[in-house]
Amino acid sequence: MATIAATTPRTQATARRRTFSARQIVGKALFWLLVVFIFLYTLFPFYWAVVSALKPPESIGQFPVNYWPTTIDWSSLQYVFENQGFLLSLRNSVIISVSTVLIALTLGAFAAYAMGRMRFRGKNFTLYLILSMTMFPQIAILGALFQTIRRLNLYNTMPALIVTYLTFTLPFTVWVLSNFFKAMPGELEESALVDGSTPFQAFYKILLPLAMPGLITTGLLAFIAAWNEFLFALTFTSTGDFRARTVQPAIASFSGRSQFEEPWGPVMAASVVVTVPLVVLVLIFQRKILGGLTAGAVKG
Amino acid sequence: MSQQAAQVPTAQVATRGVPTSDVPTSSWGKARERLAWILVAPSVLVVTLVALFPLAQSIWFSFTNARLAGTPRGGLQFVNIENYRYLLTNDDFIRAFWNTVVFTVGSVSIETVFGVVVALLINSQFKAKGLLRTAILVPWAIPTVVSSRLWAYMFNGQYGVLNDLLTIRLPNMFDWIPFIGPSIAGIFPDEKVAFLASPNLQMGTAIAVDVWKTTPFMALLLLAGLQVIPGDVYEAAYVDGASKWQQFWQHTLPLLRPALLVALIFRTLDAFRVFDVLWVMFGPITQTRSLAIAAQQALVDADRLGRASAASVIIFLCIGVLVLVYTRLVKVEEG
Repeated sequence: MATIAATTPRTQATARRRTFSARQIVGKALFWLLVVFIFLYTLFPFYWAVVSALKPPESIGQFPVNYWPTTIDWSSLQYVFENQGFLLSLRNSVIISVSTVLIALTLGAFAAYAMGRMRFRGKNFTLYLILSMTMFPQIAILGALFQTIRRLNLYNTMPALIVTYLTFTLPFTVWVLSNFFKAMPGELEESALVDGSTPFQAFYKILLPLAMPGLITTGLLAFIAAWNEFLFALTFTSTGDFRARTVQPAIASFSGRSQFEEPWGPVMAASVVVTVPLVVLVLIFQRKILGGLTAGAVKG
Repeated sequence: MSQQAAQVPTAQVATRGVPTSDVPTSSWGKARERLAWILVAPSVLVVTLVALFPLAQSIWFSFTNARLAGTPRGGLQFVNIENYRYLLTNDDFIRAFWNTVVFTVGSVSIETVFGVVVALLINSQFKAKGLLRTAILVPWAIPTVVSSRLWAYMFNGQYGVLNDLLTIRLPNMFDWIPFIGPSIAGIFPDEKVAFLASPNLQMGTAIAVDVWKTTPFMALLLLAGLQVIPGDVYEAAYVDGASKWQQFWQHTLPLLRPALLVALIFRTLDAFRVFDVLWVMFGPITQTRSLAIAAQQALVDADRLGRASAASVIIFLCIGVLVLVYTRLVKVEEG
């Protein structure tokens, strides 16, 4: 533990003594042991998913376990990509997530511009209203939404999910983007107005391009949330066909070729297919995501 | 879900800085105000339609005998607090409540401790810290359904990799050490552990899965809190001759408290509405059923819209109480 709080700036006092005491060596060793443990803890399960997806399905049930397989077997992945239901659910997930994010970004960018840069009566009320939306549990509106969806004959359709996903993507988008707009320098817009542009022109000619990084981050985070959503997808779509069922409930109920075969190979293969794009996106945009995730939290 | 929740309490903090009475007077200001309303209107409308209105409907349904499939026999009736009475005297529902409490307290407390450790690590000076910050994003990015199935596979009672570790690899790792080795190896179980099948272990297993998935978010929020602590605090402490351990308790932790509270709010609210992890790992069985699962089952399985709505309202109220308690704490914190 001693070394963990090592934020201390290197002072001259530490530089004076170069010889390490036994206590320091033990401390260092424990520190690196902890670091290695955290790396293993965070990354091993993902490694294990990949390895299990690439094992021959029949070797899945072996015990003791083989940690480092020497051969690659594509049959689980092949099974997943030949599985019509899974492919359809993949298509549905892409369509639903992209649509809901595009709608949330479009509506959200307008609202956030007004919230971040304009003064109007009822602004605080609107802000609180939208913020309280991010607080409340999806389950609180599940029944009422389900009822409406059935009345409108939207059960087991993609629009049902696209629209209901706005309950969490839109408030989030408005809030994060209004912070982005707020943080922008005010003179830009004023100079545009002096030039004779209308406020709307100032918005889409000057501010929108500047807000592009914010839009990308927000869109990505909203996309991840929509892509990973389970409760609405499970409740508002049916198990029987894949007209609207997304990948999350599909993976939750994914089974093997026969009911006697342990489905873990295909399940892991499907999991990897669904997760790898997310992990790659997150790693590419990690700086922005770190900023977007904690943007609000630091200001307090 | 957690990433949306992340923004909430700070908003309250942030809005404090914004001038509140913004009534524009000039004609140009009025035109701008009209524009502002035009820009805000679509979002407000959508939020009202897909969230506020359904919420009001849920509250109304919770006092009726509503069903999903058509109208109930004898028509839709106002049943007063019958649904609430039924739920609060129903053993399964009470069980679901306590399951949810156990899950929330267990998961949030463990991931807070883990989160603090990871945040302190990343905030310290060592070579691999950037790599570590990247690595912890992986569990965060993995969908809950996937992480639940993946861990269920790893926790498997017959051929799970964790049973391999506990009963074979780890004992073997220590066994050869002279004198103390065998006794360390003796700590590990002799037989495979039924993590998923044993009723005593199921909730703990689900908590372990949730902790893995949500610790990164906790750590990142706390890291943001750590990074705003000025370095001279530590320098002063160093001059005082405080040990690292004392520094942590006397300086770091008190300064970290606001960030810790914010992170606790997000995670508590998120854990209290748990659905995915428990559903995917165990299905809707009574032993591990959460409030959200109970509500969803009342709706989909039993076709009791009224009762399900009452369950939803109860979850909503619990979360409301939690928010009040936490905002109280934040206010006390700020003096």
